[in-house]
Amino acid sequence: MQQAVTASEAIPATAPRRSAGDAIFAAIARSSGAFVLLLLGSLIVVLFIGGLKAFVKFGPGFLVSAEWNPVTENFGALVSVFGTLVTAVMALALAVPLAFGIAFFLTELAPDWMRRPVGTAIELLAAVPSIIYGMWGFFVIVPFMGNYIQPPVIDLFDGIPVLEDLFSGPPFGTGIFTAAFVLAVMIIPFIAATMRDVFDTVPQVYKESAYGVGCTRWEVMRSIVLPYTRTSVVGGIMLGLGRALGETMAVTFVIGNSDRITTSLFGSGNTIASIVALEFPESPAGSLKLSSLLALGFILFVISFIVLTISRMMLKPRLKG
Amino acid sequence: MSATTFSTIPGAAKNEAVAKRLSNSRRRSDAIVKYLCILATGIGLVMLASILFTLLVRGLGGLSLSVFTTMTKPPGSGGGLLNAILGTLIQTAIGTAVGTPIGLMVGTYLAEYGQGSRIANVVRFVSDILLSAPSILIGLFVYQFLVEPVGGFSGVAGSLALAVIVIPIVVRTTEDMLHLIPSTLREAAIGLGAPKWKMITLICYRSAKDGIVTGVLLAVARIAGETAPLLFTSLGNSSALGGMGSPMASLPVAIYQYAGSAFEDWVQLAWVGALLITVGVLTINILARFALRGKR
Repeated sequence: MQQAVTASEAIPATAPRRSAGDAIFAAIARSSGAFVLLLLGSLIVVLFIGGLKAFVKFGPGFLVSAEWNPVTENFGALVSVFGTLVTAVMALALAVPLAFGIAFFLTELAPDWMRRPVGTAIELLAAVPSIIYGMWGFFVIVPFMGNYIQPPVIDLFDGIPVLEDLFSGPPFGTGIFTAAFVLAVMIIPFIAATMRDVFDTVPQVYKESAYGVGCTRWEVMRSIVLPYTRTSVVGGIMLGLGRALGETMAVTFVIGNSDRITTSLFGSGNTIASIVALEFPESPAGSLKLSSLLALGFILFVISFIVLTISRMMLKPRLKG
Repeated sequence: MSATTFSTIPGAAKNEAVAKRLSNSRRRSDAIVKYLCILATGIGLVMLASILFTLLVRGLGGLSLSVFTTMTKPPGSGGGLLNAILGTLIQTAIGTAVGTPIGLMVGTYLAEYGQGSRIANVVRFVSDILLSAPSILIGLFVYQFLVEPVGGFSGVAGSLALAVIVIPIVVRTTEDMLHLIPSTLREAAIGLGAPKWKMITLICYRSAKDGIVTGVLLAVARIAGETAPLLFTSLGNSSALGGMGSPMASLPVAIYQYAGSAFEDWVQLAWVGALLITVGVLTINILARFALRGKR
């Protein structure tokens, strides 16, 4: 070996240079990786430190207090956490069946010439900026809800216990249900795209053997495709949930923005993201209110982090490579 | 469920009437599901059509040259959106310029240096979390980090908040695209005596170019329409463009402020802005999709 190296003049000449270039490039790549870790780490720390004042002042009671009173400087997270979870879960309930239908249509039912244009159109729905959803929701969906959906539904359930409370109040068009509806439209493309991708991972042979014994397309979906992709489908749904939890602009436009918990789905409320966006301009630096908003941000991060982690773990084995 | 479906078939085959009823009910449920799926897809398409139709109907009417040539002005004095458009272009450009190299290097690290290493898995995980993290939190983070200590909203803070959003998008596409390159290409380069960094920059980047460019385009489309992270960083500017060190105007923030106002002409301008930004963002998206065609 030693002899071979010394025999060639080219190798000793380039060898030192090569290792220097490699070392520099590798160092840049590695430090970029470290930078991403640092970025998320400092995001967590910065939000936590920002919210520390509120956490110290209110203690664990911050999480369960439904108070939001800027005059007495008494703040709690319950109303916004409640609004965030309720709107996101309702949005999921609306979006999942539709997204499943779209994914089933695109993978099994649609004729070939339709798949690409329809698939692209659904994906474009995900590209529309959230502020546009906010305006569309406010100027199109809110009047629609207020004129055509809320009054008949309120009348329908009038006098029936429980349901009467669930669908009560003046039909302004805004409110928790409207927010959930707009959120559902926003997350449908994400869930549908993930479902379509995991449905495509089912080996063709499995499906063909099921068709071979005479199964209908729905039976193949129900008995072959869904059991095979179950975990990843739930992962895709969790990804949609993660999106819905942190959505700001669209919700701010349509939820009605009130500081109280309402039992009515047509009543107004707020979410963590919407209260932060709305109240921030009136929160001077260093104030307890700003600290409370940052504490809310920290809570939102923790919730999203948990949901996204679960989503990733469930999606990981299927959608690799 | 599957067990009952299959096990009933042999029994039914002995009795023709039962078999017929069974196969009819199976066909019926298949047809019902089929039409429900078509309905679901129809609903999705109607939503997209409704958004685009609303934007065109309300936005086209207010579209005129003065929108592009005049700054935003107080209500009733015929302002345009020039400063907001410029502000969005500048902040998007800087955000992309800052975020892309970092994202590119992280993606390179994950694909070329970190195979199987535990740290690389953590980096990949963290990058995916950043990709889906609520953008309003990135705004709060940059506010605490760059706005409050410095003592003022600024174009720099807005651009950097957008850069944080760009990074994970570019990481994802870069890593995916580098994984698609056949290892024989890498081996050929190494076999010729090329150092690894030359192999990556001259061979891998070159063959993954289309995919990486697509990722950058998607990132541009995403940040151009972002509102929440800008509210706390560049704040918006209702009379002038603003600068890197002062509150800077941007199209999404202007739309947010105008859409909720009580003045007719401001709401009209908000629709024009909404139309402009949506057309821009969707065009970039379609272009990116064409560039990626056949790559996946």
